[in-house]
Amino acid sequence: MASSIEYKNGVQPSDRWEMILTRKAYGEMLVELGKNNENIVVLDADLAESTYTKFFRAEFPERFIECGIAEQDMMNTAAGLSTFGLIPFLSSYAIFLTGRAWDQARNTVDYSKMNVKIAAAHGGISVGLDGCSHQSMEDLSNMLSLVNMTVLVPADYWETRKMMEWIPTHEGPLYFRLGREKVPTVTSESTPFEPYHTLEAVGGSDGVFIATGLMLSRAVQAAEMLAEEGIFSRVLHVPMLKPLNDEEILQAAKETGAVVTMEEHSIYGGLGSLVARLLLGNDVHVPTRIIGIPDMYLMSGQPEELLVKAGLTAENGAAKMRDVLALRG
Amino acid sequence: MPTLNLSVDELRETARAVRHDVLVAIHTARSGHPGGPLSAADYLTALWMNYLNYDPENPFWPERDRFVLSNGHCSMLLYTLMAHRGLFSRGYLLTFRTVNSRLQGHPSKTALPGVEVSSGSLGQGLSVAHGMALGARIRGAPERTVFCNCGDGEMQEGNIWEAIMHAGHRKTDNLIVSADWNNAQIDGYVENVKNIAPLPEKFKDFGWRTIEADGHDMDDIVRAWDEAVDGTPARGKGCGQPTVILFKTVMMHGCPTYENIPGWHGRPPKEDEVMQMLNELGYSYNSIDEARAAMGGFQEYDGYGAEDGK
Repeated sequence: MASSIEYKNGVQPSDRWEMILTRKAYGEMLVELGKNNENIVVLDADLAESTYTKFFRAEFPERFIECGIAEQDMMNTAAGLSTFGLIPFLSSYAIFLTGRAWDQARNTVDYSKMNVKIAAAHGGISVGLDGCSHQSMEDLSNMLSLVNMTVLVPADYWETRKMMEWIPTHEGPLYFRLGREKVPTVTSESTPFEPYHTLEAVGGSDGVFIATGLMLSRAVQAAEMLAEEGIFSRVLHVPMLKPLNDEEILQAAKETGAVVTMEEHSIYGGLGSLVARLLLGNDVHVPTRIIGIPDMYLMSGQPEELLVKAGLTAENGAAKMRDVLALRG
Repeated sequence: MPTLNLSVDELRETARAVRHDVLVAIHTARSGHPGGPLSAADYLTALWMNYLNYDPENPFWPERDRFVLSNGHCSMLLYTLMAHRGLFSRGYLLTFRTVNSRLQGHPSKTALPGVEVSSGSLGQGLSVAHGMALGARIRGAPERTVFCNCGDGEMQEGNIWEAIMHAGHRKTDNLIVSADWNNAQIDGYVENVKNIAPLPEKFKDFGWRTIEADGHDMDDIVRAWDEAVDGTPARGKGCGQPTVILFKTVMMHGCPTYENIPGWHGRPPKEDEVMQMLNELGYSYNSIDEARAAMGGFQEYDGYGAEDGK
């Protein structure tokens, strides 16, 4: 039955996925962008090996600014660079950029509408073995609450590459979240990235999974599981959380009558909160479940083990979809 | 005209008028920070009139020097200097802190053309200024000098020292910092609240060219600015170091009755107080309305972008 699933927009069935790093796509694309655009400058805070800005550093050392272990200084240095027409990309881990340097992101970059691109590696809990101090489940809510910030969460390697082509054309503060681990290539080279839009990954009318980032893969897997039972759920990917395409999400909820959101982020203030606000505020009263990280700190462990602990699994997605479909009737 | 080249006497008189406007506007708003502006008024008047390469008709002129007010609570001083440099009329200063005014409590880049970056959360401006200086260099324009003013109390912020270390490491010599070394902050004297001394030694240790000056002696102020800008690529090869001028100042300078009292950091003067302050500055009015009238009275914004509402 799974074979009768309607994969859309170049999205691949799970048995064809490869595991590749999103941060590697970031590093590769920085070099490509740097070749064609001399305004691109890159900053890092002693993590160039890990964030893959090392590729850019090797190619364009005169446009690479190592800030040392000083994320607050890096955020504001980038802001200053942007005032000379440069397009700074700055990298560190999500928790440090959006935690320690949040005041700089808010009061300098966002409030002044600086053209700064914040590229955060190690988003989510799939960071794994480093443990809670290096995991980030608060970064999206920290950035979504900033008035001028555009917030992007790519699903995989291919989408990261396409986002990177678009980002320099965007004017203003922007946050985008990369992971630590290799993640499945749910999308393919032919999958479009359309800014300000959602991406329909799987067609269907038995409820809709609304997912972002790594959790797109779990949502597609959940849809595959349900298809074995004759349930065909739609999967909608949200690569751009802000500005959010309200209409496309509302339409999917109305057409399918049941919603399960999936994100690798705290249930406080991420995608689930956005969708719930949207549905309630527009009187779209469909059964809804939010899958995110419960109110808990995680720990060291293999990424997959931590995702299971937090309930961020395809199995949980499928179970919640059965629940909301039962309520929908 | 990129700079005004005022004489030392003219600078003194301008600084006196700047203090006047700061006090009247803060009193009128019944809110604001008079202490810092009166301590930095002399040396920042000299900078804005005689050293900052600027076109008041176009605050976005690409070839301008940059000025960052890292201690954003001294916003009223920045606005007053902008008015006296010709960006907009002095009467507009009287809208300070009122709803819909471009003159926000702390400077806002998006509200007022000429504010290079929003500030107010202390400790951030120096990193931004350093980023600007690096940006100028990457753009092949190291002759653009970036000036940044910091308070001494502000130097308790960690971000400041990250920036000082960074600029020292990169030898960013188109960056000049002025420090308002008045030893006063909200909770008392800096040395008692949390001592930052010895400042000159600390800057030197971080690789900075360090100049000290009397921040209320206009001859010494001009000497210090001359020495500072002589070390920048705008005047030749560049000295290979970022520069700081540590201006020894007194909070509320110019109004002897009120000088060196940390409580004046953020308290607006009442009517009898502002009248006495103005009197001590050498202005004798019968009422505060006369002082406002001397500034042209309340005026609409008439600076850059006023016609098209930008």
